Amino acid sequence: MTTIEAHGLRKVYGTKVALDNVLLRVDQGRILGIIGPNGAGKTTALNAILGLTAYQGELKVLGRDPWAERDQLMRDVSFIADVAVLPRWIRVSDLLDYVAGVHPKFDRAKAETFLAKTEINHASKVRQLSKGMIAQLHLAIVMAIDAKLLVLDEPTLGLDILYRKQFYDSLLNDYFDGERTIIVTTHQVEEVQDVLTDLMFINHGRIVLECSMEQFESRYVELMVHPDHVAGARSLKPINERQLFGRSIMLFDQVDRPQLAAMGDVRTPSIADLFVAMMGNSAVTDHQSQVREAK
Amino acid sequence: MNTSPIPNSELPAPSPKPFLWSVKREIWENKSIYIAPLIVSGVILLGALISAGHLPQRRQAAMMLDEAHRSIAIELPYNIAAGMIVITAFIVGLFYCLDALYGERRERSILFWKSLPVSDVTTVLSKMSIPVLVLPPIVFVVVVVTQFLMLLISSAVLMPSGLASTSWANFNLLQQSVISFYSLIIIALWHAPIYGWALLMSGIARRATFLWAVMPPLALAAFEKITFNTSYVWSLVKNRLLGAGDAAFDLHHTISIDSLSQLTPGRFFATPGLWIGLVFAAAFVIGAIRLRRYRGPL
Repeated sequence: MTTIEAHGLRKVYGTKVALDNVLLRVDQGRILGIIGPNGAGKTTALNAILGLTAYQGELKVLGRDPWAERDQLMRDVSFIADVAVLPRWIRVSDLLDYVAGVHPKFDRAKAETFLAKTEINHASKVRQLSKGMIAQLHLAIVMAIDAKLLVLDEPTLGLDILYRKQFYDSLLNDYFDGERTIIVTTHQVEEVQDVLTDLMFINHGRIVLECSMEQFESRYVELMVHPDHVAGARSLKPINERQLFGRSIMLFDQVDRPQLAAMGDVRTPSIADLFVAMMGNSAVTDHQSQVREAK
Repeated sequence: MNTSPIPNSELPAPSPKPFLWSVKREIWENKSIYIAPLIVSGVILLGALISAGHLPQRRQAAMMLDEAHRSIAIELPYNIAAGMIVITAFIVGLFYCLDALYGERRERSILFWKSLPVSDVTTVLSKMSIPVLVLPPIVFVVVVVTQFLMLLISSAVLMPSGLASTSWANFNLLQQSVISFYSLIIIALWHAPIYGWALLMSGIARRATFLWAVMPPLALAAFEKITFNTSYVWSLVKNRLLGAGDAAFDLHHTISIDSLSQLTPGRFFATPGLWIGLVFAAAFVIGAIRLRRYRGPL
């Protein structure tokens, strides 16, 4: 089943193209990570999916048009857009009452169970909680909603490492059941590498990479080149090369793994390595094209 | 035991009541909705207690007057009390509306509210209902209780001089409650476009919502005065702020209202100004709903 389907999705702010004819398809049961530099169009894409912004083109989320039917859609979609968007003046117990009062798929007992594992006091106001506790509270609410799609936009930004680890652990152990779909954007790429089933890079409003994590692992190889084989390795056209402790590290796309293994140590790159390689290259080409235009 | 507990899952889920809970949420956030009228009431009662020492002389003086003036003199503090509470409620309602669609954008909590299955229509209507449906009954209760306590204070103070009954005789609380109730409905309907306008401006402004709400009519009035030396805009504003009573009460013979026959609801509901105002209020609310849909956090 398809959770999200977009054709020619486009969003323009004044003269800036935030989304440029995006073609997107997310199937049920996937955990998709959307990675991109600031201003790449990630949040715009998520806002379109969540019915927070109007767009051109065709977009269906769980069979609905998000912009026209946001309130209906939100029965089956949860999202944490940014950390700390919970109203600061509200009391924890009132917040739970409110969500229980408006959301048909909220299981209050479940939320209480999650909260019992934290140090959050029901009588506290949100402003009295630490940033990490606010994130825990929001997650407890979201996990108690029986949604089909969960969207997380930088859910752990600014949290310390303990909370961040806990956040994804809870999500995988207590929430994800293989039926739900999760979309997450984050700059802390290394934390989600083992969580994701699918990966997408987005830059300048365009999707520049889209693959499953299995494809990612079979397609990309990082080689720490033996000094004797540097020239030979270069001839295989690495997509990126960097230096570490005086040795060359090259990133290859769809190059035969045993062939590379003969020239040094191979391993699967981290998402961050690939991201830097691809975005770094595009930043360089952008720069070059700008210089050319200037001339 | 033959009564087996029903498993939770078999209980029908309570049907969501987004409007009701949205109104509750507004009251949680804006406690001034009931606290401000209560504080004013407390101040009035404190004043009544402090000035109670002079009451017997004042009442004796009032008893010398003819019946109409006596009644006005005795009623006056009660009417002032009601007026102060009503004005407070208007200010609270106005500032509530000015923040209603602005505060949630400023503190970014709009992203949380919009993650729940509550439509923009429900949200904006729940906010509009605070000054128009929630505040009037609160004000009514506070006014009646305040006046009742004032009567008790005056009775206690006047008991020794045997004048206690003159308060109750000249200020008929039951009848005044009916008048208060009627007045509050009139005022809420008459002021609805003001609240709608404030709500609309709170959805438009990126800062200084008060200026956004106040400057356009003021600028327009100034422009009109300078250009045409007329003041239609100004009288329109004044009429909208203070003119509710003109059609709602018969004030030809006296300045005070102490008979139910002075209430003229028929005339009020036949006033074009009322209906024109309500059409504007509806337009402002529809505009605010559209803004709520398009606007994100600041």
